Amino acid sequence: MSKLSHYVETAGAILLAIIWISPLLFAFWAAFHSTSDAVNFNVTSAWTLDNFRIAWDGAPWLKYFLNTFLLVTIVLIGQFFFTTLAGFAFAKLEFPGKNFVFILVLMQLFILPEVLIVENYAMVSRLGLFDSLFGVGMPYMASAFGIFLMRQSFKSVPIELHEAARIEGCGLLGILWRVYVPLAKPTYLAYALVSVSTHWNNFLWPLIVTNSPDTRPLTVGLSIFGAPENGVDISIISAATMMSVAPLLIAFLVFQRQFVQAFLRSGIK
Amino acid sequence: MSNHINLEKRRQAIYGWLMLSPAALMLSIFAFYPSGATFFSSLFSKHTRRRPSEFIGIENYNDLFADPTFWLVVKNNLFYAAITIPVSIIIALSMALWANSKIPARGFVRTAYFTPTVLPMIAAANLWLFFYTPGLGVLDQIGSLFGLPSVNWLGQPETALWAIIFVTIWKEAGFFMIFYLAALQTIPEDYKEAADIEGTSRWTYTRRIVLPLLMPTTLFILVNAMINSVKLIDHLFILTKGGPSDASKLILYYIWEMAFAFFDAPHAAAMTILILLVLCIVAAIQFIYLDRRTHYQ
Repeated sequence: MSKLSHYVETAGAILLAIIWISPLLFAFWAAFHSTSDAVNFNVTSAWTLDNFRIAWDGAPWLKYFLNTFLLVTIVLIGQFFFTTLAGFAFAKLEFPGKNFVFILVLMQLFILPEVLIVENYAMVSRLGLFDSLFGVGMPYMASAFGIFLMRQSFKSVPIELHEAARIEGCGLLGILWRVYVPLAKPTYLAYALVSVSTHWNNFLWPLIVTNSPDTRPLTVGLSIFGAPENGVDISIISAATMMSVAPLLIAFLVFQRQFVQAFLRSGIK
Repeated sequence: MSNHINLEKRRQAIYGWLMLSPAALMLSIFAFYPSGATFFSSLFSKHTRRRPSEFIGIENYNDLFADPTFWLVVKNNLFYAAITIPVSIIIALSMALWANSKIPARGFVRTAYFTPTVLPMIAAANLWLFFYTPGLGVLDQIGSLFGLPSVNWLGQPETALWAIIFVTIWKEAGFFMIFYLAALQTIPEDYKEAADIEGTSRWTYTRRIVLPLLMPTTLFILVNAMINSVKLIDHLFILTKGGPSDASKLILYYIWEMAFAFFDAPHAAAMTILILLVLCIVAAIQFIYLDRRTHYQ
């Protein structure tokens, strides 16, 4: 009986896995076949790279890739800077008003940047950052979530190391840079993976703030390229989709364990 | 001596505020000030060339409450939440229980479950377009094998929201799974052994031991799923654009449309304030439960 249920469950698990991965597999298959072969599921039909060629010529993808790459880099550098300093202050320093500010920061966890699109747009325009990668990245830099994460990580550093560095004559910033930051490397890595995949995939805010191919990230470019008004057919959309998810997807498949660990670490607060 | 302590205190205060100020400044510019400004502008009328904007109190809110589209969108979003939250939690839990048990091809199963998480929602929508397209789409082709008629999943009000819901579940279930998976791995083997010695069935063991131990994880996932039911709307841009006749429109999409397609910022601001209120309630739930959790530990 238990053997039977084991088989049933195994079958269920694998069936669900196949269903879950099938949209990706279909798109992958369609990307390498002509549209008529793809929609008729001609299993024996020839593989082709034409869809990729047509898709590549249809939009400034290289520019989009570069924009996305620069965007995630800018966001990540900004986040490391702001959250390291603030996280350290919350974790290791005592000063009046700290708890009050910390509650304000926690509140920001729920004031999603996505929701404040109207006023953030006005703010970014006011700062003259409309249609720039800085404009896209800035609202995410002082991430409350990141501050929280760094605070947790710095808190676990033993005070003895801090004291030892101080006796050696290290200033506070020196201690932060030479003791805390190196010890928090796993947290930085986890945060980086989560941040990069979040901002690689972000759409609504970049859609609002960018207005030209020179600043548009991949997701926005892809949505314009695939818009039904453009009448692009399914195989070419699949090729474009595959192209734009490839870097992150391949990175994920290679470093799967690190990705999952990163998401976990960032989730368990 | 006390002088020295005072000096140290002062030093910490100065450093503390100096280190905090960059982040505090950014948070003020991009979270607190905009929240306040949103509330402020929700109390003013729309600025047009003929009429400057003027203070009108809660007029914008009254307009919203009198707008049938607004109520339809609220209803859609509640339905969206009411389906995606429990279903993705249940699927995530099943995935985790399976991915944690000794089955063949476990690595493949885990990867398959988790992969949608790393895709952009826009890409996910493109993938699903291939499933939903009438006539040519995968779903229709499978249906036609069984002699079912072609269905325009995205084009009719009865199914459009369901099509959106399905993509959301597909996208977030694998993400929630990893939290369950991690929690499952912290449950000591002894419990299972003790249950086996007692002759407890696997179902009873899961229901009476495992599920209660997973409660904190479930709460964490619940809060995330609630936030997602406000935030995950990117696929609307590709799949339905909120249509047909607003049948699949969700609040955040409506805010975007109001502000950037109809250029009606005051009403968009009023709606934003309503969403912020809902998010505050979600935050309150989390804080209350987190408090309780620490009491038990």
